Amino acid sequence: MAGNDKDALLNFLLRMGDSALILGHRVSEWCGHSPVLEEDIALANTALDLIGQTQLWLEYAAEIQGEGNSADDLAFLRDAWDFRNFLLAELPNGDFGRTMMRQFLFDAWASILLPRLAQSSDPRVAEIAAKAAKEAAYHLERSADTVVGLGDGTAESHDRMQAALDYLYPYVGEMFLSDEGDAALAAAGVAPDPASLRNEYDALLKRVMNEATLELPDTRFTHSGGRDGRMHTEHLGHLLCSMQWLQRAYPGSTW
Amino acid sequence: MYAQMVKSTGKGIKPREEMSAQERAFQDRVDADERIEPRDWMPDGYRQNLIRQIGQHAHSEIVGQLPEGNWITRAPTLQRKMILLAKVQDEAGHGLYLYAAAETLGVSRDDLTEDLLSGRMKYSSIFNYPTLTWADIGAVGWLVDGAAIMNQVPLQRTSYGPYARAMVRICKEESFHQRQGYDIMMKMAQGTEAQHRMAQDALNRFWYPSLMMFGPSDTESVHSAQSMAWKIKIDTNDGLRQKFVDQTVPQAEYLGLTVPDENLKWNEKRGHYDFSQPDWDEFFDVLRGNGPCNTDRLGARRNAWEDGAWVREGLLAHARKKAARKTAAE
Repeated sequence: MAGNDKDALLNFLLRMGDSALILGHRVSEWCGHSPVLEEDIALANTALDLIGQTQLWLEYAAEIQGEGNSADDLAFLRDAWDFRNFLLAELPNGDFGRTMMRQFLFDAWASILLPRLAQSSDPRVAEIAAKAAKEAAYHLERSADTVVGLGDGTAESHDRMQAALDYLYPYVGEMFLSDEGDAALAAAGVAPDPASLRNEYDALLKRVMNEATLELPDTRFTHSGGRDGRMHTEHLGHLLCSMQWLQRAYPGSTW
Repeated sequence: MYAQMVKSTGKGIKPREEMSAQERAFQDRVDADERIEPRDWMPDGYRQNLIRQIGQHAHSEIVGQLPEGNWITRAPTLQRKMILLAKVQDEAGHGLYLYAAAETLGVSRDDLTEDLLSGRMKYSSIFNYPTLTWADIGAVGWLVDGAAIMNQVPLQRTSYGPYARAMVRICKEESFHQRQGYDIMMKMAQGTEAQHRMAQDALNRFWYPSLMMFGPSDTESVHSAQSMAWKIKIDTNDGLRQKFVDQTVPQAEYLGLTVPDENLKWNEKRGHYDFSQPDWDEFFDVLRGNGPCNTDRLGARRNAWEDGAWVREGLLAHARKKAARKTAAE
């Protein structure tokens, strides 16, 4: 594999793995604190699926990187600037409504991307995506239902969901940015150009928000810096402090 | 396990000659190991006792998510994080089956939750102890789930059908929990010096609270006697505690860890280990709300309930609107 192609593939795998890892971590913070017991179970299940996907993406990333790292090394021993997750994934949970809105915005993207990736020319990508696509479809069903239920619930739940959407929407666009590496992966049939998924995503969002009686903000502005590591939010460093604590404090131990 | 000091009618066992014909027929069914089902007639005391026991058990599963959830975000590897998430998810699932079993006795999950939050109902004393290091997650699986299994395996034969069936499912999952806990302890005990120290410290802190999980000696308890006659409780607290000690001591030895009890000794004549009783004053203090984490645990559950009210109300309002729209369309 030529150097540029390798970098593009590695970047792509890190984006997939890191986004699943960081979002999975955030969702797992709910454990034991959800508004309803069924939600505790569902959120733990979502987190579990995401961490499972992380393991597969990062394992492959470590192989492509070829420096003898494991998926755990990538997860627990990189610092913030080396993470390639979307900013959306690292934003704090806020209330339950914001957590579920964030989940929906992510699930909608994943449910459009993953079935396409399951057709990837890279068999390993295709295999991971095929497994993850099933989970994403189920996650979307649940998060969309919750967004609709709370958006079209009481006045309070509606206002909270609108506030969540207003807060999160400026982070959506980052999932559809493209660079030269993405163009190369698209040309090689490894992964679709992220920008090419936007129309389908917009249509899905419009349909769900309409049912939820929520208004999509009228802006295309997007925060960015996660997918290329240029500038994460302040929140990521704190998340890593917890997540990486044991590996950092007791290096070289087997757990 | 997770039911301690469950109050019964408080009157002890009713002698057969004082029973009504209905009560006698009921006791005969229990004695013949027949399962009692929700629509069957049952004495009020039996129903109330079961609600308290199953409810306490369910609450323990729910509160029990907290000490383990405390380490999910800090689990040291992706694999450990997944195992712990799966385990805590199982505990919530156990809570769900148990609340469902309690509901067959005519009490709602919301009522039981209110009773937990107001302090009218208890959960197991063990969850009022903190998880301070990663080894504690191992100790909880090994000792706490180990003690729970000891109590729950016989409860698969309990007289109340829905409770017994819930226990069958729960026991399968609990043995996986215990194994993963022991596996963590092995890695820690055989790891670096710091890890070994964490493992020993975890055993030191969790040993006696685990022994307390079986409840005080039941020789004096009228509650235990009635519960045993009804086959809601199968073994005595002391019997189970002894079984737990006998099983756990060799496991600790295998790990190279020391059980924190100077009086621990194999008694050839009895065929059991002799061991020290836990500090029962501490146990009663914890039950009264003075354990290291009581306030935080209940506070966390209260916040989850109160902060989540808008969510429950919102989803309910939506379900009503949807139903109304459907009716209007028909």
